[in-house]
Amino acid sequence: MEFAFNEEQLMIQDSAARFLAQASDSHAVRAAMARADGHDLALWQRISDELCWPALMIPERFGGLGLGFVELAILLEQSGRHLLCAPLFATTCLATPALLLASNPAVQDLWLGAIASGATATLAFASQAGLEADSVQALAEPCDGGYRLRGSYVHVIDGGQAQLLIVAARAPGSQGEAGISLFALPADGAGVVRTALPTLDQTRRLARIELHDVQVTPAQLLTEAGQGWTLLRDVLHIAAIGLAAEQVGGAQQALDLTLAYTAERRQFGRTIASFQAIKHRCADLMLQLECARSAAWYAACVAQERLDPAGDAVVAGELSEAAATAQIHASEAFFNSAAESIQLHGGVGFTWEYDPHLYFKRARASEQLLGSPALHRERLAAQLFGESL
Amino acid sequence: MKIGFSADDEVFRAEVAHWLAEHLQGEFAPLRFRGGPGDEHSFPQERKAWERQLADGGWIGVGWSEADGGRGLSLTRQVIFHEEYARAGGPGRMGHIGEGLVGPTLAAFGSPAQKQRFLPGILAGTQFWCQGYSEPGAGSDLANVQTRARLDDSGEHWLISGQKVWTSLAHEADWCFVLARTEPGSRGHHGLSFLLVPMDQAQIRVQPIQQMTGTSEFNEVFFDQARTAADNMIGAPGEGWKIAMALLGFERGASTLGQQMQFHNELQEVIAVARRNGAARDPLLRQRIAQAWAGLKVLRYNSLRMLSGPQDGSLRREAMIYKLAWSTWHAELGKLAMDVLGDEAEVLEGESYQLSRLQALFLFSRADTLYGGSNEIQRNIIAERALGMPREARA
Repeated sequence: MEFAFNEEQLMIQDSAARFLAQASDSHAVRAAMARADGHDLALWQRISDELCWPALMIPERFGGLGLGFVELAILLEQSGRHLLCAPLFATTCLATPALLLASNPAVQDLWLGAIASGATATLAFASQAGLEADSVQALAEPCDGGYRLRGSYVHVIDGGQAQLLIVAARAPGSQGEAGISLFALPADGAGVVRTALPTLDQTRRLARIELHDVQVTPAQLLTEAGQGWTLLRDVLHIAAIGLAAEQVGGAQQALDLTLAYTAERRQFGRTIASFQAIKHRCADLMLQLECARSAAWYAACVAQERLDPAGDAVVAGELSEAAATAQIHASEAFFNSAAESIQLHGGVGFTWEYDPHLYFKRARASEQLLGSPALHRERLAAQLFGESL
Repeated sequence: MKIGFSADDEVFRAEVAHWLAEHLQGEFAPLRFRGGPGDEHSFPQERKAWERQLADGGWIGVGWSEADGGRGLSLTRQVIFHEEYARAGGPGRMGHIGEGLVGPTLAAFGSPAQKQRFLPGILAGTQFWCQGYSEPGAGSDLANVQTRARLDDSGEHWLISGQKVWTSLAHEADWCFVLARTEPGSRGHHGLSFLLVPMDQAQIRVQPIQQMTGTSEFNEVFFDQARTAADNMIGAPGEGWKIAMALLGFERGASTLGQQMQFHNELQEVIAVARRNGAARDPLLRQRIAQAWAGLKVLRYNSLRMLSGPQDGSLRREAMIYKLAWSTWHAELGKLAMDVLGDEAEVLEGESYQLSRLQALFLFSRADTLYGGSNEIQRNIIAERALGMPREARA
């Protein structure tokens, strides 16, 4: 057991931080926010071609770098810190884990290779808000030796631009965890209709996706037909962990903005950072931040074991608990850090010009994205009291 | 970064569990789950005998270097030892101040002769220590220590006069480490020294303090020309503050994992009550219980972070927040326990203010946010030392 980064990991952290401090500064973020597609394609190309971030966790036999989820979490902390407007999260935390856990080598070969070379991807599963199996309502009707997919998906992360969709659909008449299948399909295929949704947080885009009788073959299945729930559930846990790493980065930056501003701003003849009322609030923010960081790092280690076919099964078994723990702490740390950043900036914190509102909006969006803290607490409670959800 | 335990680790875990199961028997059986915070006054003699048992088994100083007489176990093995100790209900350690604070401080700053003199007694479970830091006028403002020490005319002994307070286990300790002013007229953290003082002398008087729990873990300690040999000083005269601060860093060592397993046992009791009395179905209490569970997990992850870095007494980010994190968590657990108990919480187990474990937890956890640097002082430390904010004005 060694719960600290090694030198290679520290180098990844350092180079990502330096790259994003320039490539995703406030000016770049605001430019991306103003674009219809929400991100700068040229930046994504640098990220995929020069930095190889989407390839990071993909095994070498598929053209990736063969690193683990811990290294990815290091990148995500930095992308969250700089509000990177790019489909990095959806591609690496939703689509890639789904493909890595898939049992169909043909689909892995095709799509992991494409992602390693820069294809963007996401996961669409819920026809109604929620993370439980019942949220999967799109239908996969057997037809001509394959399936015909029909249904709609709400709030698909970066769904407007992704080139690959992993979609969940269920057998007609099935309920709950039974009958769910996962398919990989090109997003520009016949019958796929995508509608970008205007969002409160303009740094991450959501889309509505409709499938109108989209024909797929068994070769597009990620796992055996009807057996997809376990994979989907675990992918959502893994993505929640990646999101927590992002949130930690956001919380850190919101606190850093506050520290920088309060060290400059003078009232009553002294910097406002010298008032104990402000110092103690910043100390409380750091407490929440470091707790969230510990939770996110630990959970990243758990996710890594789950994704590794030769991983430690005991550690991998902690996946749902680790994801819930990381989400509870990261969501609250980020929201509080961003809210306090507005308050401690005073009036300018309420302006469009200063950055705290960007973090405040991202924090709110993030805490809803893969389950609110209340939902994660309820899941933990059910586990503690031995109830099945 | 790697978590989890190897097959060899699991063999070690079984060895620890087996030893504890075999030895927490007979005369030691009543000590199981006893003597922890809020219960430190219980079974003192039996718990000292238990320390000697632990020593015989080689379980004291598991994390100390072999050069210092310890076992030099890896972090993973220390984690396992502390987890199994608490799981088995191993009693609150009488020797924790010596093992967790004095030992590492001597290892870092002591002379070879001092190590030779004091480490074996700690490792053998035969010498017990207490901490002489706080004074009536030096609480949060610890640097305002007024206890004085001067060399006698022969230059062979320090003579110590003054009063310490909130000294746990003073009445059970053989030695006390005392922060005292050796430079007359000095102020603040200048002119302080770190002295090791034998407790068994008429010039030291120990007076128990009755706490809001009704029990007495803490004491006042009065020094009236108390003596200790001239060479019983760690570091040089005037270096006391530096050493006192480093010692507080060692407080955040592997023993934090044992503390957390006690917390785990308490939380399990709260969960059991919730199952029994229906609180488990209350949506708000469920949320708080889950929050407590997740919070305890995070305390563990914080400890793993602290223990994975250099063990030199330096305070990194995760170490600076640690005291504020656990004390706040534990006080909330105390309140949660009462809310889960509901009406039951109000009735005592017996006359003479006999508290149940959860009632004691509720009351005693109010001390957690005070001792060892109150939460307000912790916030100052975090703001100033971790976040680089301006320092408080000091007189």
